[in-house]
Amino acid sequence: MGRYVLRRLLQMIPVFVGATMLIFLMVNVMGDPVAGLCGEQSCDPATAAQLKREFGLDKPLWQQYVTYMGNVFTGDFGTAFNGQPVTELMATAFPVTIRLTIVAVFFEIVIGITLGVVTGLRRGRPVDSGVLLATLVVISVPTFVTGLLLQLLLGIRWHWIRPSVRYGTFDELIVPGLVLASVSLAYVTRLTRTSIAENKRSDYVRTAIAKGLPRHRVVTRHLLRNSLIPVVTFIGTDIGALMGGAIVTERIFNIHGVGYQLYQGILRQNTQTVVGFVTVLVLVFLVANLLVDLLYAVLDPRIRYA
Amino acid sequence: MPEQPYEPERAIAGTGMGGAMDLGASEAATLEPAPTAPQVTGPAGKPRSLWSDAWRDLRRNPVFLLSALVILFLVFISLWPSAIASGSPLTCDLAKAQDGPAPGAPFGYDGQGCNVYTRTVYGARTSVTVGLCATLGVVLFGSVLGGLAGYYGGVWDSVLSRLTDIFFAIPVVLGGLVLLSVVTSNTVWPVIGFMVLLGWPQISRIARGSVITAKQNDYVQAARALGASDSRILLRHIAPNAVAPVIVVATIALGTYIALEATLSYLGVGLKPPSVSWGIDISAASPYVRNAPHALLWPSGALALTVLAFIMLGDAVRDALDPKLR
Repeated sequence: MGRYVLRRLLQMIPVFVGATMLIFLMVNVMGDPVAGLCGEQSCDPATAAQLKREFGLDKPLWQQYVTYMGNVFTGDFGTAFNGQPVTELMATAFPVTIRLTIVAVFFEIVIGITLGVVTGLRRGRPVDSGVLLATLVVISVPTFVTGLLLQLLLGIRWHWIRPSVRYGTFDELIVPGLVLASVSLAYVTRLTRTSIAENKRSDYVRTAIAKGLPRHRVVTRHLLRNSLIPVVTFIGTDIGALMGGAIVTERIFNIHGVGYQLYQGILRQNTQTVVGFVTVLVLVFLVANLLVDLLYAVLDPRIRYA
Repeated sequence: MPEQPYEPERAIAGTGMGGAMDLGASEAATLEPAPTAPQVTGPAGKPRSLWSDAWRDLRRNPVFLLSALVILFLVFISLWPSAIASGSPLTCDLAKAQDGPAPGAPFGYDGQGCNVYTRTVYGARTSVTVGLCATLGVVLFGSVLGGLAGYYGGVWDSVLSRLTDIFFAIPVVLGGLVLLSVVTSNTVWPVIGFMVLLGWPQISRIARGSVITAKQNDYVQAARALGASDSRILLRHIAPNAVAPVIVVATIALGTYIALEATLSYLGVGLKPPSVSWGIDISAASPYVRNAPHALLWPSGALALTVLAFIMLGDAVRDALDPKLR
């Protein structure tokens, strides 16, 4: 187990370096980073040169990258150009987005898996076809459309929720979380359905039924546990995607989380903010993937990591 | 079928382009190429191929027929929008801003007094162009790179696998915001280029897996024993038998590219006005949503219907190509 984790951690290094380098490159292609400092008018060349020296932007790109990563690993994510440390922005933004992601994952697990089990056990019946069609519709409607429509109906027409989020507490994030989860939720449903329908015919399920176990025990202990492996993979990899994809949801509901900060950072060409946030998101994605692989061993005792 | 989820490699394969982008990817990845049944023969006595079998199924599938009809209609109006909509999408009359339906404007007017019906019809061209071109580019790049890596294996295969891992770690919408925020050109090409850049790893992974499965078949060994060249084996024997999963994933991805273009345009980095795109219209309508919800609902509905049509088409094609799922 320990050796496996170590090997996986080592494998994560090139992916981490590659992804952050790619973002670093993209952001640098994004345009002159000091231009954002001079407001609407263009910088006077002497000031620009001085600013560039000050931020180390006159050095070659790879050197900037190495310096930046060195700083990141000592906990210094740099300063946004407004003088606020990027870590401070993160401290306010990440808790909100993490709460949003928790709500989204909760919906994926509860609604997605329940619907998947129900339809998988009743394959071909009207319930199955109905839910399957509904998942197709949910997948087809882009998140920003779902978000705007729910905001219009629940927030503006029926006054059930406040159209924009104020503090980012859990109860305010229920609807945005559902919107963020919607596409993945439909996907979890389909995945669980396929997996359950496939395993329903397996020998161990027949044995369990033949032993005279009650139906709910067969479903929860035997069928579900074995069918959940692909679903767990999906949800695990989805965590990173949800946090990165929260930009759209956060914009619609005016949530001041990671997506909001990133959007502002990109609009104002705040390179340090963008690179810093993306670095953390990539790390979250990689760690979530590792945790999922370790979870396999819990779900399926046949898997042993040497 | 091998129990694929047990391979740690698969863990990252689960989510491609930010979750929504890879609908069906992991389901389609389990497709086995060409499960042709040699004992079944068609009316002419010729053995039926996977493709003629699939086509027979598809012709009778109402879901396929319906979505194909919708797609044909979309292609038609993107080629000749003036056939069903009069006037230009850029002619707007502020005096009519936020008005409801009127003769000649069955969907009403938006916040700028533009005819919502005309704009919705003209918006189809953007979506269809982006969807088709991005898919074409992604399939070309992805299947060539993934196919070669799967066939030859070795160092390039490892490099390519790590490279796809790197691309999968970057959230798509985020990458789009960063890359496209510098673009000043207001055409569909930067958007398409971005989608090809971030989309190819998804197809490349599918193509690689499916080529690896196909290359272990006896007929490939036989061809090699007969002295066939690599290019002949790849093109004549492997490609036809490995292409099914790629087609399925690509059809579904086409729908998600259309959704992605609208999302990027909604965020203000895809296409910008005066281009006509459903994403732009939805974004422009959202501030007026209290007074003129119709300006939001019609383009949203058109967008959802288009994406739905492509995803249902992909679903139907997958069912037809993979008899095991029945």
